[in-house]
Amino acid sequence: MIHLLTQSLTTLLTAFRRIFASPVAGFLNILVIGIALSLPTGMYVLLQNAQGLVAQMSGAPQISLFLSMDAAQEDVNKLRRLLGQHEGVANAEFISRALALEKLKESTGLEDVISGLGNNPLPDAYIITPKQTDAKSLDELRNALQRLPAVEHAQLDSSWAYKMEALLEFARVAVLILASLLSLALIAITFNTIRLQILTQDDEIQVSKLIGATDGFIRRPFLYFGAVQGLLGGIAAWLIIATSLLLLKAPLATLSQLYASNFTLQPLSLTDTLSLLLFSVYLGWLGAWLSVGRHLSRIAH
Amino acid sequence: MITFNNVSKRYSNGFEALKQVSFELNKGEMAFLTGHSGAGKSTLLKLIAAIERPNTGSVLVNNLNVSALKSAALPYLRRNLGIIFQDHKLLFDRNVFDNVLLPLQICGFDHRESCKRVRAALDKVGLLKREKADPIALSGGEQQRLCIARAIVNRPSILLADEPTGNLDAEYAQEIMNIFKSFHQVGVTLLISTHDAGVLRDDQVRVISLKQGEIQCTTSALTTATEAA
Repeated sequence: MIHLLTQSLTTLLTAFRRIFASPVAGFLNILVIGIALSLPTGMYVLLQNAQGLVAQMSGAPQISLFLSMDAAQEDVNKLRRLLGQHEGVANAEFISRALALEKLKESTGLEDVISGLGNNPLPDAYIITPKQTDAKSLDELRNALQRLPAVEHAQLDSSWAYKMEALLEFARVAVLILASLLSLALIAITFNTIRLQILTQDDEIQVSKLIGATDGFIRRPFLYFGAVQGLLGGIAAWLIIATSLLLLKAPLATLSQLYASNFTLQPLSLTDTLSLLLFSVYLGWLGAWLSVGRHLSRIAH
Repeated sequence: MITFNNVSKRYSNGFEALKQVSFELNKGEMAFLTGHSGAGKSTLLKLIAAIERPNTGSVLVNNLNVSALKSAALPYLRRNLGIIFQDHKLLFDRNVFDNVLLPLQICGFDHRESCKRVRAALDKVGLLKREKADPIALSGGEQQRLCIARAIVNRPSILLADEPTGNLDAEYAQEIMNIFKSFHQVGVTLLISTHDAGVLRDDQVRVISLKQGEIQCTTSALTTATEAA
């Protein structure tokens, strides 16, 4: 067991040595892998942030129920009872037309204009907090509420958030496609690097096979090389993303200040970082495995 | 130890290297395989190591039918054989010591034990002082001895040598033969191919003579040498 461990360690060191044996080529390979990985990962980071922003801004979805202008107190009370009994409604807050006008004056600063209107143009309203918040139930609830007596208009406040959600879903699929394509590219890069290495070490492979090396023995150093190269590529990708986020920090701070928000970009989480590194190691390993496998099946004797 | 039963080998280009070859080599026996180049000596040795497969017949090594062996089992067969290749197959990207170390790395020996064995093998062929040298810097005879050291470091029970004295002058060739004889004395089974009758002259060992892929005769060395003279 200890022996197997020292052997693996020796092979691992050999893999590192081989990468640094040709520093320029090794560095370029790692850079290419790093860039290929950083594109989808970077987009993923932006998506995560956009998602956070949407969640923060939309909050819980609400339905505004505007009553008709001629609704009497009696109608308001009746509606309150109906809403209380409705199974889709979690809470209903009443905002009288007088209160609404008050709020409008406060928030817009258009006191003079509003005072000049003479009579209050705003209707009574209920703010409904629904129980279910998925797009379909919200839509059904809105339609149901629209049909209640004395209701002039029922408006789903957060429908834009759902549109945004759909847009993000679209972007997510796009990132997934990009990630898949670039993963294939990464496998291809490793495949080719290993192929070139195999060509330079063909003598060693041939001789080793002739004096009793198993395919596993021959494969191992190349697999380690692929994995190490993948790992270094993953680290390069992480560094590219971290640097980019750092560079974006200042302009974004200015931008978000202008919009009176305190939004900051979140970096890759620890879990995501680990996933990125594991994934790049796996892809490097896979590329090497395919490459050596192809070579071994060719020289089978 | 090694048995050939009606073995024929035809290469894909149609060349028939061996025709209905049958012979048996006992445990601890030493034999020479002679014949002109193209007589099938190398092919015969390759069949024993399963580097080539016969078209008909069977090759048994230690009662194991190597001609029907699965490729996954080949490495373990070859670890029991010491092979000295005609073209040496030394690795020029590493020194003498590491060349001899390779078979032990393949078998997964522990490092300290490996070093001991490598030095013992190099000592046996007289290359102990050259362990740090690059193979390219060795003379033809030294390269051949390095090849032998690599073949025996694993302590195989069978040693196959393909033209080990091919390009060497008589003195070097005799030196190599003496090394082989010392292995014979400790019970190793040896099969050595050669087209050089000179090395056989003073040996009372068995000779298997091939001509155009067929066994012509198997006799003792003395008679062959006399015939040749």
